[in-house]
Amino acid sequence: MSTVQLNTEEIYKLLEDVKDPEIDTVSILDLGMVQDVTVSGQDVSVKMLPTFLGCPALSIIQKNVETALKQLPAVKNVSVEFLRSPSWTSDRITEKGKAGLKVFGISPPPRQMKSDGSWHVDCPYCESTYVTMENIFGPTACRSILYCRACKNPFEAMKPMIKLI
Amino acid sequence: MRNESLKDIAIKELLLQLADDDFIHSYRGAEWLGLAPHIEEDVASASISQDTMGHAAIYYKLLDELGEGDADKLAHDRPAKERRNAIILELVNGPGHYMKDPDYDWAFAVVRNYFYTQAKAIKVQSLHSCSYEPLAEVAQKVQMELYYHLMHWKTWFVQLLGSGHLEAVSRMKAAIGKTMPDFAGVFSLGQYGEEMVELGLIEGEADLQKKWIEAITPIFESVGLATTIEIGMARGDGRNGQHTEDLEKALKTLSEVYATDKAASW
Repeated sequence: MSTVQLNTEEIYKLLEDVKDPEIDTVSILDLGMVQDVTVSGQDVSVKMLPTFLGCPALSIIQKNVETALKQLPAVKNVSVEFLRSPSWTSDRITEKGKAGLKVFGISPPPRQMKSDGSWHVDCPYCESTYVTMENIFGPTACRSILYCRACKNPFEAMKPMIKLI
Repeated sequence: MRNESLKDIAIKELLLQLADDDFIHSYRGAEWLGLAPHIEEDVASASISQDTMGHAAIYYKLLDELGEGDADKLAHDRPAKERRNAIILELVNGPGHYMKDPDYDWAFAVVRNYFYTQAKAIKVQSLHSCSYEPLAEVAQKVQMELYYHLMHWKTWFVQLLGSGHLEAVSRMKAAIGKTMPDFAGVFSLGQYGEEMVELGLIEGEADLQKKWIEAITPIFESVGLATTIEIGMARGDGRNGQHTEDLEKALKTLSEVYATDKAASW
């Protein structure tokens, strides 16, 4: 009997289909949540980083990863582990991820904050810079609520999470 | 051998203190849900409470990994006398109940939240160099989230005290007067405090407290408050299991669902 060799490339391909449970235009890969994938025989181990420690979506994501990978007949066991280190930062989001966020009406996080801790994003709908911050805290831990004074749309932005000294 | 077991005890004690502080603090914050002064504040403080519960959960998880038992059990199934949280964090938000006639004090919430978040930021900073590596790693992540919490409560603190509005200022001053006498409990490291410092887990109580005073003094000055800051432990030291009836009641409420079926999986 020949055994089918699994390779990590196939696994990554499947992980592309695992989306953020609330933002179906962005995969967990594009969010930079997947730190490592290892394959050993028929067992797959996925090491992930939590975006926020209190994020209630983590267990849903874990389940979705397991379901997605078990589609491959050659996969027997899937273990998903959330690591303590390194910390997830918002600059782990890929360019594709940023584009996906915008499609959903969420501004991607800015690359950096100003020295006083303030930050700026543009409107994801009309690209205007004429926006105001309504609430740093939004409907989920990772998002903030803003308002575009140009196109008069409220919108959300991914909160910058940056390593501080 | 003896040293090693003492180290284990000190690590577990510190984790329990950190976990229990964040746990009850998050619970008191969650009681404000639907009652905050305006809708955006409701979103913000709920989000902060959620983050904070996540911090408590990760500390409980570290304890779980050290063989102290399941995180849910640690959170829900320990009587008040086993809790290590500082007493100031367990005090009710005000008279009444969140379901019936809540007469909660927003000034007290702002003062307690700002003081605690600033104290937590200093402790977490110290934990970056914790000799217990898993805790040092967790501290990195907590600090990133805490950045926004601290900015939020500092803004409220400065705005209310700097508003020039008589009622706001007098209520804030009263809240400071209520918080200070018990606030030293947040810095207490309990009976294994010396070991914690010797083992390089965290800086000592006096150092942490000094850094906290250094951090809040310029804020006090900016709103014209007197800067002689004296804190104490008027009601006792929560690290040693001393607590008030407020904690007993809170634990009864928050573990109500858990207690209906302790074996249920969620």
